[in-house]
Amino acid sequence: MSKENSEYLIERYNNVYEVVIGLEVHAQVTSESKLFSASSTKFGAEPNTQVSLVDAAFPGMLPVINEFCVKQAIKTGIGLRAQINKRSVFDRKNYFYADLPQGYQISQFKHPIVGEGEVVLDMPNGQKKVGIERLHLEQDAGKSVHDMDPQNTLVDLNRSGVALMEIVSKPDLRSPDEVSAYIKKLRSIMRYLGTCDGNMQEGSLRADVNVSVRLKDSKELGTRCEIKNVNSIKFMQMAIDYEANRQVDLIEEGKSIDQETRLFDTKKNETRSMRSKEDAHDYRYFPDPDLLPLELTDEFIENLKSDIPELPDDKKKRFIDEFKVSPYEATILVSDIDTAKYFEEVVSKMGKNKDIKLAVNWITGELFAILNNKNLEISKSPISAKNLAKLVNLIKNGTISGKIAKTIFELMIDGDKDPQIIVDEKGLKQESDPKALEALIDKIIDDNREKAIEYKNGKEKLFGFFVGQAMKASGGKANPQLINEILKKKL
Amino acid sequence: MSDITSQSLSSLINNIKNKKLSSEEATKAFIDRSNKSKELNTYVTEDFSNAILKAKKFDEKPNFDLKLPGIPMAVKDLFCTKDIKTTAGSKILENFIPTYESTVTQNIWNEGAILLGKLNCDEFAMGSSNETSFFGNVQNPIDKGLVPGGSSGGSSAAVSGQLTPITIGTDTGGSIRQPASFTGTVGLKPTYGSCSRYGIVAFASSLDQAGPMAQNVQDCALLQEVISSYDTKDSTSIDFNRNEYSKELTKEIKGKKIGIPKEYRVDGMPKEIEDLWQKGIEYAKDCGAEIIDISLPHTSYALPTYYIVAPAEASSNLARYDGVKYGFRAKGENLIDMYEKTRSEGFGAEVQRRIMIGTYVLSSGYYDAYYLKAQKVRKLIKNDFDEAYKKVDAILTPSTPSSAFKIGEKKDDPVSMYLNDIFTVPVNLAGLPAISIPAGHDEKGYPLGLQIIGKAFKEQEVLNIAYAMEDKIGFQNKITDWWIK
Amino acid sequence: MNIDLKTIKHISKLSRISVDEKKAEKLAGDLNSIFKFIEKLNELKTDKVEPLTSVAETTLRLRSDEVKSENIRDQIIKNSPEENEDFFVVPKVVE
Repeated sequence: MSKENSEYLIERYNNVYEVVIGLEVHAQVTSESKLFSASSTKFGAEPNTQVSLVDAAFPGMLPVINEFCVKQAIKTGIGLRAQINKRSVFDRKNYFYADLPQGYQISQFKHPIVGEGEVVLDMPNGQKKVGIERLHLEQDAGKSVHDMDPQNTLVDLNRSGVALMEIVSKPDLRSPDEVSAYIKKLRSIMRYLGTCDGNMQEGSLRADVNVSVRLKDSKELGTRCEIKNVNSIKFMQMAIDYEANRQVDLIEEGKSIDQETRLFDTKKNETRSMRSKEDAHDYRYFPDPDLLPLELTDEFIENLKSDIPELPDDKKKRFIDEFKVSPYEATILVSDIDTAKYFEEVVSKMGKNKDIKLAVNWITGELFAILNNKNLEISKSPISAKNLAKLVNLIKNGTISGKIAKTIFELMIDGDKDPQIIVDEKGLKQESDPKALEALIDKIIDDNREKAIEYKNGKEKLFGFFVGQAMKASGGKANPQLINEILKKKL
Repeated sequence: MSDITSQSLSSLINNIKNKKLSSEEATKAFIDRSNKSKELNTYVTEDFSNAILKAKKFDEKPNFDLKLPGIPMAVKDLFCTKDIKTTAGSKILENFIPTYESTVTQNIWNEGAILLGKLNCDEFAMGSSNETSFFGNVQNPIDKGLVPGGSSGGSSAAVSGQLTPITIGTDTGGSIRQPASFTGTVGLKPTYGSCSRYGIVAFASSLDQAGPMAQNVQDCALLQEVISSYDTKDSTSIDFNRNEYSKELTKEIKGKKIGIPKEYRVDGMPKEIEDLWQKGIEYAKDCGAEIIDISLPHTSYALPTYYIVAPAEASSNLARYDGVKYGFRAKGENLIDMYEKTRSEGFGAEVQRRIMIGTYVLSSGYYDAYYLKAQKVRKLIKNDFDEAYKKVDAILTPSTPSSAFKIGEKKDDPVSMYLNDIFTVPVNLAGLPAISIPAGHDEKGYPLGLQIIGKAFKEQEVLNIAYAMEDKIGFQNKITDWWIK
Repeated sequence: MNIDLKTIKHISKLSRISVDEKKAEKLAGDLNSIFKFIEKLNELKTDKVEPLTSVAETTLRLRSDEVKSENIRDQIIKNSPEENEDFFVVPKVVE
């Protein structure tokens, strides 16, 4: 495998292969009740306590669609810059499985609610557009538990009927890194919109990964295999890597690739064929006769458009234009809505005379570090935006040095303490009186005459020594900038 | 009061309201007759002791403002009735007890009626003779050894035999109208979307409709008033202005234009049926209606269309009967084995046949040629009616191509069985309302019915025409009580 | 259109209904005569016709996003054939 120009390619002897990847992402819609029934969608409930007669497919039960889920799907479509289809149809996808009580899933086959769109990724070597083929609404299935009972499978239908958005990308992705960026971007857009919480641990976001390989510069697509139900980005990347190499190996051996469905074994880090597949599923899609086609008015869609908040791409542009943040930093700040919110709050709380660059550094540096350390989301940050803003201001207006700020930062963590109070309590105000500092420095130079002479004769490194001495003498409180200026003058 | 069970529904209601009859007396009378009529095999489940308790309770505190005050009634075993076994005529639901009530039956109980029990029917409503029920054949009260029609065979026999003053059935391809015709009773299939399908065991979702089955048109109109409602639990339920069908019932149909579709004159149609139709045309004229010849060009394609669409939807609707959540479950070595054994033991032959047809016509490679094609032809059939209704208000045809046949006569020939629905099926495909009223007898003395088809949502017009003609026809059902020793 | 035993076996697998040889033969016979009857539709040219999905003359009603169902686990599971208070129990799925 090599990375020419940051491309993900697989080399074997004389052949160079590229990998073509398409993703089908299943995102659970954020809503109170399910797509076609009024049961709760809350995660983590006791088994089978959020199951209605409709969910359990009792005789005579009928589906009634949730308006909010429809709106969530449209909003997501708008966020994907996609075509909203005013007329869409719900189809039954027929197959038998223990966690599918109806014996069919209500989905959308020929006429999805959202059509073509695109997502823009910020990659290290520039922007990349990934095409969206479609987005449709469908029911989630229940959960089968195979390992609680040696003889039997246990079924929990709580999840059965929860609304899912299936987002199908065009086969535009070419590397595990692009896949990671794509998932993160999708997730970010949906979290901005509030249409899906993107919580992969809870199963709110899963993907089927379609992988094929072909010789670089070939225009034809190779046979693809589908790796089903991968629920973390890391696993997606590992699965792609394994699968792409597996396919290349087969081709190199002169064998053909069977189009099949595979699973990613997270213990062995391999993909393997799903044994139980009988002669490929024939889903016998047909329009669900218990429902009618969904017809949307222009007004309905326009109202939703005006409801859309500022999305990542626009927010990034504004951060760059308005706040003069660098593109790289802007990408980081908008990558998750909570980060963007935090940043915006810090900026607004800094008042006049704000040093945004400094704020960005503190957020992406120190703050991210402790969040990482403590495994916290920024929405649960132990230091509030308000107080971080104060800290940055204190540095900006010279009250404290950057170094001291780091100390104060550590003290702020426990209980989100106000930095000003810490400064006052601990007397950490930095010494910025030029006269006092001059006096201090004069004394240091006096005490170290030999070194001073050595420095004047060219040993530039000794500057640091004097700075160190000054900081020591001042108990760390000397204003470093002034120290530097005064030393330069005096030496 | 004597002869309680031979009274019409309207008469019973009057007597109860006038306190000449108590609910308990009425209920006991029908229970008594039902107990004597086990040979007809109309009941799958009897709820007689509970019925008497409810009747007594009603009598203690009667509410005469209700439309069915203290009226005992049995219903087709396709309607889910809370805490009462509901089997759909199938082994796979043999012991199924719903914890919920269908909207249509709830409407009935809300108006004061009392459940007598659940009536036999073809399994999952698939059949035209009540010979596919897991619980055995139903006898037509008209004569021993005769089928009562289907799928609402138990319902039609119970009304005809006066074991219940009135009842409800379901109609997907003729399952109310054909048995009504075979038993000399009245059966209405309302406009699609008029009655809620919530809580009715589904057969073919785009065709199923519940409807009243009665001894006369007036009773039928009253029950239609009760059961028809807009239900938000059913996405295909329609919110339209529903008439007070019994209050607005009138024989005044002067000037109504009634269409006679030439394509209903099928090859080999028995002379008796043709004669009955002609008589019907005369009766209609007598009532002041204008007779107009019309054409419904795609009529002959209706039955094949139906036998693609209905099984297709059924194959999917019946997928939930898998032994996992409720109903019969066979032992299996693994999940697939369990499914296969459960369904092949739990479903009868006709149901399995239709599931296979349905699965096939939806399957990969065949969907376009069959299912999609059928839905297109369905559009043509509906267009035929839309065109015709530019010229006429209603359409008059025979209900069935023959009178009731013998039990076992058509059992081995599915196609011959399917041909029973030839006149009724186009109506379901187009979603229109239609009624069958008894209009005469064949040479064996068995009843024959005439069908009046109306415009969508015009049940009132259909009922009015039927009411007027019923008066002119003066039909007398010849029930000899042969089964009561 | 001839429906052979292979087709019957395929359809029965799709519909999860078991068939033995005898049953399969009877089904093939029945289905063939039924399909002969259905083939009549081929007489019609329908290329330009829109398929009809519903005769319900109304639009799809949208429900508000409210939770109206409570925990009815007892009702749901009570009808289920195998005893287990919390889960539905089925024979092992062969993965």
